[in-house]
Amino acid sequence: MARTISYREAINEALAQEMERDGSVIVMGEDNAGGAGGSGAEDAWGGVLGVTKGLYHRFPGRVLDTPISESAFVGAAIGAATRGMRPVAELMFIDFMGVCFDQIFNQAAKFRYMFGGKAQTPVVIRTMYGAGLRAAAQHSQALYPIFTHIPGLKVAVPSSPYEAKGLLIQSIRDNDPVIFCEHKALYDATGDVPEDSYTIPFGEANVVRDGDDVTVVAIGRMVSVAEEAAKALSSSGIEVEIVDPRTTSPLDTETILESVENTGRLVVVDEASPRCNLATDISALVAREAFGSLRAPVEMVTAPHTPVPFSDALEDLYIPDAQRVANAVKSVAEWKR
Amino acid sequence: MTDTLSTSVAHELDENALLQAYRTMRTIRAFEERVHEEFATGEIPGFVHLYAGEEASATGVCAHLDERDAIASTHRGHGHCIAKGVDVKAMMAEIYGKKTGSCQGKGGSMHIADLSKGMLGANGIVGGGPPLICGTALAAKQQGTGGVGVAFFGDGASNQGTTLESLNLASVWNLPAIFVAENNGYAEATASTWSVAADNIADRAAGFGMPGVIVDGFDFFAVYEAAGEAIRRAREGGGPTLIEVKFTRYFGHFEGDQQTYRAQEVAEARENLDCLKRFRSRVTETGRLEEADLTAVDTQVSDLIDAAVDEAKAAPKPTEADLATDVYVSY
Amino acid sequence: MNDAIRKVVMPKWGLSMATGKITEWIAAEGDDVAGGADLAEIDTDKIAGTLESADEGVLRRVVAEVGEDVPVGATIALIAPPEVPDADIEEAARLARAELDSGEVEEAAGPETGTVTVDGRTLAYATLGAGEETLVLVHGYGGDKNSWLFVQEPLAESRTVHAFDLPGHGESSKDVGDGSLDTLAGAVLGFLAEKGIERAHLAGHSLGGAVVAAAAAAEPGRVASLTLVAPAGFGTEINAGYLRGFAEATSRRELRPHLGALFADSAQVTRKLADDLMKYKRLDGVDTALRTLLGTLLDGDAPGIDAAPLLAKAGVPVTVVWGREDEVLPVSNAGALPDPGAVRVVEGAGHMVHMEKPNAVVAAFE
Repeated sequence: MARTISYREAINEALAQEMERDGSVIVMGEDNAGGAGGSGAEDAWGGVLGVTKGLYHRFPGRVLDTPISESAFVGAAIGAATRGMRPVAELMFIDFMGVCFDQIFNQAAKFRYMFGGKAQTPVVIRTMYGAGLRAAAQHSQALYPIFTHIPGLKVAVPSSPYEAKGLLIQSIRDNDPVIFCEHKALYDATGDVPEDSYTIPFGEANVVRDGDDVTVVAIGRMVSVAEEAAKALSSSGIEVEIVDPRTTSPLDTETILESVENTGRLVVVDEASPRCNLATDISALVAREAFGSLRAPVEMVTAPHTPVPFSDALEDLYIPDAQRVANAVKSVAEWKR
Repeated sequence: MTDTLSTSVAHELDENALLQAYRTMRTIRAFEERVHEEFATGEIPGFVHLYAGEEASATGVCAHLDERDAIASTHRGHGHCIAKGVDVKAMMAEIYGKKTGSCQGKGGSMHIADLSKGMLGANGIVGGGPPLICGTALAAKQQGTGGVGVAFFGDGASNQGTTLESLNLASVWNLPAIFVAENNGYAEATASTWSVAADNIADRAAGFGMPGVIVDGFDFFAVYEAAGEAIRRAREGGGPTLIEVKFTRYFGHFEGDQQTYRAQEVAEARENLDCLKRFRSRVTETGRLEEADLTAVDTQVSDLIDAAVDEAKAAPKPTEADLATDVYVSY
Repeated sequence: MNDAIRKVVMPKWGLSMATGKITEWIAAEGDDVAGGADLAEIDTDKIAGTLESADEGVLRRVVAEVGEDVPVGATIALIAPPEVPDADIEEAARLARAELDSGEVEEAAGPETGTVTVDGRTLAYATLGAGEETLVLVHGYGGDKNSWLFVQEPLAESRTVHAFDLPGHGESSKDVGDGSLDTLAGAVLGFLAEKGIERAHLAGHSLGGAVVAAAAAAEPGRVASLTLVAPAGFGTEINAGYLRGFAEATSRRELRPHLGALFADSAQVTRKLADDLMKYKRLDGVDTALRTLLGTLLDGDAPGIDAAPLLAKAGVPVTVVWGREDEVLPVSNAGALPDPGAVRVVEGAGHMVHMEKPNAVVAAFE
């Protein structure tokens, strides 16, 4: 039965349902049980933000705490995936990719191709990204474009509880390595989520809102920012169509192009730093494939090319907000040659 | 590093097993020497790192393994592949970049793999394998198969964080994992006596709460015995072991390496320490095998390698149609 | 507030509807409106519908403008007799507007939802109304209880109306067993038993029509009457291409072209409708359920169900409603009914009569 639950609960439910369904699904990460070897509860934390809470006792032996050794345990998840398991490893913050990236992009991503199509590596790496929690430069980045760049990896960036559950179940059932990027500011966001298990196929964008004036492609947390902007713009007579790609690899180029062919105007909203991010990628796509439909230059709303600042005064300026999105939409809507 | 032929170990192996061990070592040697020759003709593309001289390690360890077990290898991986049963002709074709290769020409020497044989691939990244082996060992443990994971790595990788993290994780999770540090004296051109800040790599095992063993890598029986004990312990739930195998590689770091960083050790090793020579003299002197049996193997192996090279040379290369396939299972 | 002033509120058409948008006011301020008169076109995100007046009087004031997103339950207009003073209307409108602007609207009481267990399967239902007579609504292939969203509320004014999800659908268990008509009819009868309903009026759309006929044939004493909306199981015409297309579509892009067959007005097929159907189709077990039920519905490209003998066996009063432009089960099938002349053929409606022309379906119950 559909009910309103949080993004965190949706992820937990997806893990629980898949662990229930398939004994090869295991969960591992720092403090994923939380309390291994301590004098208190063995499942004290359930992950640093409580996402895996409750799974430890429900699935004995299948929720593994790890030392703070990202290379070793992310690599172990990958190795186990080549031997019949479907591990879900939690890389606490996406920023920590720096201490285990080799295992992800040189190992997991390459196996299938490098071994002549004879390997499959059904591993999921869940990781928390994004700014907004005053977590500063090493715990706030939106690094999904880096993973998106790597052939062999799939990248999901769920924008809502519904997306989180369906995309995570798809990630676990998928036979390729998936980087599953959870925005830390969305964990308490709520939405309607069916109780049944379900999947959302990769490479299928969701049209969050129909509109004929301007297409806004927004990723992850930026979807709700775009919705806020769209609401305000609607009252001033500009109807925005919001496209949420849901996965950045594969990318549903067809839905983006279809929308731009209808509106003739595009704004891409991406929380990542501005060079070689999804905004530039999608802009290039549209410039190449839908040039004839464009009636205004493409606008990009992104973070600035800086590390994520700590002070709230600065971080609030760093993160794209509804006002900036609205301004960008207006500028393309009103653009005259 | 004494000659540690324990009679009990030698007797554990019947004649067939001894002959098979010899065949494996001989195949590796013949494969590598032939690749060395062929590389010089310019027909083999890319980077090639040869395992000659180290045969007793891969052979002595893999002799204990079966289909439940997985190994991870290094950039110097041909020996591990052969010892774990990867098809020699497909390997040769792979090295030539041919469609008929183990990886359809998409991997090359540094990435030969056969997952159906539990061979997780040669690995171009120094220290790439140990974390993966924690994973295969974890899978075996979760599935209750009694299988083990073996990570072969070099003295260079023994200084990589990935390896040290993996040693720790394997102990923490009590994994059926065996870490085989193949110390051939040099990481590329840098001596391990300089780069490893311990007398022995095996000494590091103590820091990770696991047994550490040093083995004469030229002695098949020594490797076989040490590996046997470690693998038995791992299968029984006794956790991981670090085995340091010491020897000398006969060729350079890569083909084309002028090896000006080292002096006489190769010639001396080839003459006095060589694993094949020692194996041969030991099994014949103790009357376990006849010279003729061994010579017959030599001939068979030589024919196999000839055929492998001929077939590899004649095989087709992958085509444009292969360029974009096999990136994903589905996309 | 003057008791003579009646509020027109944003209706709740379906469980998930939280707001609606008025796309057009059909009636204008000052118009006399009768009960059942069309007041406004409302877009619910799922489907556009026409709001009918529940009261008689003069449309004295429009509170919510076209294009405004209005929460369910919020007052959108005021109806009152001509004699109610303007000042009272003014005051009521001011309060309504203030409520709307505050965004703090107490949501109208939605249906009561629940589940029962029949043959080990969970069946979900939504109930409106508290009348003495009980009516149970059974949706068609690939539908759910929400497909009755435009008719359940008006029907509930004088009845207790349950809409429930067949096995394999909506929020019910997705296991359909052998998918036979008997299994599905068993779910209907089991639902009645679990709810302690001795006797009920049954209405079914499409496959649901055949299902309620089978239920009535199995236990005629439990069924007061049957209302069949574009029922399956009569005649020889069936759009097998649509059914297979629906079952096999794996994306919105594949599904959407098929949905045109459901409505006379293809504008009804919104992206949202296709998205919602895909959400349903992507639930674990639905694919198997739909493919199994396809085996019940089709025999090759011909209908797989013959419901005429069931009606004969049931021997209860039957009313049939059919859309003139039905492209899934063409109205020509009505000729196979015992009394073809009595079929209420609805102009301008396709297969989803109860969504496109809800008034006509509601009228069939009077």
